[in-house]
Amino acid sequence: MTKKILTGTLLDDQLHLSLIEICEACASRTEWVIELVEEGILEPLGNQRDQWRFPGESLARANAARRLQHDLGLNLAGVALVLDLLEEIETLRARLRSQELPS
Amino acid sequence: MDYKDYYQPLGVERDASQDEIKRAYRKLARKYHPDVSKEPDAEARFKELGEAYAVLKDPEKRAAYDELGAGWKGGQEFRPPPDWDAGFEYSGSGFDGADAAAYSDFFESLFGRGGTGPRFDAGARHGYRARGEDHHAKVLIDLEDAYHGATRSISLRAPELDETGHVSVKDRTLHVKIPKGVKQGQKIRLSGQGSPGQGDGKAGDLYLEIEFRPHRLYRAEGKDVYMELPLTPWEAALGATIKVPTPAGPVDLKIPAGAGNGQKLRLKGRGIPSKDPGDFYVIITLSVPPANSDKARDFYKKMREDLPYNPRSHLEV
Repeated sequence: MTKKILTGTLLDDQLHLSLIEICEACASRTEWVIELVEEGILEPLGNQRDQWRFPGESLARANAARRLQHDLGLNLAGVALVLDLLEEIETLRARLRSQELPS
Repeated sequence: MDYKDYYQPLGVERDASQDEIKRAYRKLARKYHPDVSKEPDAEARFKELGEAYAVLKDPEKRAAYDELGAGWKGGQEFRPPPDWDAGFEYSGSGFDGADAAAYSDFFESLFGRGGTGPRFDAGARHGYRARGEDHHAKVLIDLEDAYHGATRSISLRAPELDETGHVSVKDRTLHVKIPKGVKQGQKIRLSGQGSPGQGDGKAGDLYLEIEFRPHRLYRAEGKDVYMELPLTPWEAALGATIKVPTPAGPVDLKIPAGAGNGQKLRLKGRGIPSKDPGDFYVIITLSVPPANSDKARDFYKKMREDLPYNPRSHLEV
């Protein structure tokens, strides 16, 4: 059997998704993604909706927002707060790790 | 098939009120939510909670489950009694098809796939469709892989729907290209590699989260990479040129005279490569030679006399 090698899309800041692409990738309605932007959960580049470009990380963030909203019964303000706090914890953890250098 | 105790994961008694069950679920769901929790078994715990709550939050399902009796223990071999659910009717609210595949055999034997039994199938005849579930997995790579790119084989175990509509657990191995320049925590999306859709629904996606194996020498922080470099006091004091390993290959590093403990030296652009590459930082640590011979002790005594130095002057005592 020949080995088939899959190539995925790396969700980093080099990747930019349009509003349509992000809706399609996280199986959500446009209105919901617009609400995420209005709540400051996603920060696309560009001013007009049809010019919005979402950095790759937005997709993981939108997916996490959807799960948190659905699983924990949070409203979007709550989701935004959770995501911001998680990011802060991650930064602090990274700083903590940098204090515990490998010996 | 094993019997499942649905009260146990929620930590409530069998006679708990609906409100108590809801409170217990909400509290534990926050604790074990895979996006929030750092518990190693968070995902499994969260699934278990979800299944238990799917049964107990619905008074109809809960009554049917309770009807099995209190004599069962979690993990005990279980066969549903024939016609056990006669007399119960399910409204099947609160389900979406995408969640259904995740529930256990025990759940399905009691409530059917999707929790609504025949109605679920009836829906299928009327063009029922659901997008397949997204899957998530971590892929462990070495820091060096981020410098060069790599191909990794990933074994996944996931429930799949066969042609007859039954769910079975299938193992599959994917060979995935890890692009050069990936960073800790980044995700790779493999479109259509999640659960198959139902009806006309599209397949879900597979998300791979990059995790670096702890490295003997290096530590990555975003696109930057750090390494500790032990120096002797004379190398730090007088300066030196030292061969230093980096993930991209060894370099000769010039240590300036008067380098101090904890000082960082930056090798620009030698962090994780990309259009805007990270930097490689060398953190100096001073290593003091042991005074384990007469000669060494004499040398230290000579230093005491010839090199008066008080590192504690700021303590002011």
